[in-house]
Amino acid sequence: MIDIQSISLLAAAGLPASSGESTTLINLHSVDYAILAVYILVVVGIGFVLKKYVKSASDFLTSGRSIPVWVTGLAFLSANLGAQEVIGMAASGAKYGIMTAHFYWVGAIPAMIFLAIFMMPFYYGSRARSVPEYLKLRFDEKTRGLNAISFAVMTVASSGASLHALAALLHLLLKWDYNFSLIVSSAVVLAYVLKGGLSSAIYTEVLQFFLIVLGFAPLVIIGLNDLGGWNGLMQSLTKVSGPEFTHSWKYMGTTANPMGVEWFGMVFGLGFVLSFGYWCTDFLVVQRAMAAKSMGDARRTPIIGAIPKMLFPVIVILPGMIALGLAAKAGSGYSIPLGVSGATDYNLVIPSLIAHYLPTGMLGLALTALMASFMSGMAGNVTAFNTVWTYDIYQSYIGKGKSDSHYMWMAKFATVAGILISIGFAYVAKNVDNIMDFLQLVFGFVNAPVFATFLLGMFWKRATGHGAFYGLLAGTICAMIFHGISSPVPLDKIGDGIPWVQGAWLGAKFGFTSSMAQNFWLAIVAWTLCFVITIAISLATRRTKTDTELVGLVYSLTDKIKEDDEPLWKRPAVVGGVVLLVALILNIVFR
Amino acid sequence: MNFDLRLPIGILFSLFGLILVCFGFLTKGSDIYAKSLGHNINLEWGAVLLVFGAFMLFLAKRGKGA
Repeated sequence: MIDIQSISLLAAAGLPASSGESTTLINLHSVDYAILAVYILVVVGIGFVLKKYVKSASDFLTSGRSIPVWVTGLAFLSANLGAQEVIGMAASGAKYGIMTAHFYWVGAIPAMIFLAIFMMPFYYGSRARSVPEYLKLRFDEKTRGLNAISFAVMTVASSGASLHALAALLHLLLKWDYNFSLIVSSAVVLAYVLKGGLSSAIYTEVLQFFLIVLGFAPLVIIGLNDLGGWNGLMQSLTKVSGPEFTHSWKYMGTTANPMGVEWFGMVFGLGFVLSFGYWCTDFLVVQRAMAAKSMGDARRTPIIGAIPKMLFPVIVILPGMIALGLAAKAGSGYSIPLGVSGATDYNLVIPSLIAHYLPTGMLGLALTALMASFMSGMAGNVTAFNTVWTYDIYQSYIGKGKSDSHYMWMAKFATVAGILISIGFAYVAKNVDNIMDFLQLVFGFVNAPVFATFLLGMFWKRATGHGAFYGLLAGTICAMIFHGISSPVPLDKIGDGIPWVQGAWLGAKFGFTSSMAQNFWLAIVAWTLCFVITIAISLATRRTKTDTELVGLVYSLTDKIKEDDEPLWKRPAVVGGVVLLVALILNIVFR
Repeated sequence: MNFDLRLPIGILFSLFGLILVCFGFLTKGSDIYAKSLGHNINLEWGAVLLVFGAFMLFLAKRGKGA
């Protein structure tokens, strides 16, 4: 969900090719190109080395469950580390200040720990090879179909959106040809994913993780130095943007804060509904944990990912705040660039800081890190797509009972097709105004209720297939209607009306103080309705799965995992608890 | 799977480090470093990457021996 949300922000940053062709923001020299070339050689090289391990469709699509846990853990984090994280979160840092950290310390971390402790045993322990397949085993075919098809469309669309954003950004910064950037970056991803499959994507994601950290850290170090350290930054933010930019909780009592949302809407909407919906059910991330060697490793995967995730605001949010401070500093000559519309374009925070602080050489490293973040996100989407397509759509509805080599061929075909469709989506995003806003809207409707379905499925054995399917459908329709009658601005301030993609297309009945507040409340309402309807229909319909069929799929019918003989530091519940405690402390320190 | 990721990570960052350190030496005192507050950041950060890359290579080598 967080994923999709910021994609359209990015698509907005992707300026149309025709706009103001004047100066190049960044000039690269041969040393910068050398760094980029080394990176491309190494990632493609990894794909070629891994090729020899890919012998069956399951090696290609699920890595044969053979990857070490530190690798799956970092990949779990890194698959989500697409452009939306690096560029979108820096943009939010500049728009909302420290409050942006809620996406991490309230949103991601608790959800990742919950997945590790409570949900992973059912994903990994069942015979499911994907999240939609879990739904098939737990509920029925139609629930799986709904989830698989919406997921498949969503992943290729977001992959296309980020491809478009990358090409548009490279065009803007370096004056590279849009088509050239598009083709080259997808060719690189295609080369290593097609050779090594999921393993290739996972291993390169970890490499990209280190590259992103080591490529952007210097920016933060120099920036903080320039502004007089943390205290200097806080003072200048308080002065220019107001004290609410330097506190994450202090101004959450009312909606009078940069995000325009009060604590309840944020904690329940973002922290619970949206974050748990994304981190606990999105196959893109769950797939990484499912590739681990053992049940213990699968459960430790999200926890290992959560540790760096907790510290990531330093790399992704702090640059946004530094940009604000720098723009206000006398004689810095810096300002956050303007977009085509003439308004400040926060998505250009990171690229403009790179241009401001880094000389050639380091410039190449930072730009390579930026491209790596796009490629990592795209490879993640493509590997999730080819698995869901091959197992949940093709094998289930089109070509049942074929040979393994046939499915292997299909998986590779789906990889190529997924990338080609992404490229198609990129051109659509480039040429059709608002299309990404529209898609984001639709994904939001589908995603908002989904966690209710999984929660009831895993923890209430009485939940039935009809209950799950119609509950999900009702939640989605409810989200749509909610959007149609709500407005992101208070009713008395609507004036001439608002664009339909922002809501109120059925006539505004009530208004919020920001689109973020509207979005969080939409999720809360859709989730609650899905929860209630699923329970009601389940009670009214006959169970289709017996207790025996649900062993390993539902909490009360599955043997508890014994971890008494594991050392303390290896027990998911213990380590997860420590991580939660640290997240709590971070919340208190930066309140 | 008999594949040690620490090896390619080590290779990648050692190469990055080498490139940046060499470039940093060649451009010592150049005014391109006005941007980075007077620090020869290519040399400094290049050294960090080199150390990180070498450490990864060391871990990979030790892992192979075991």
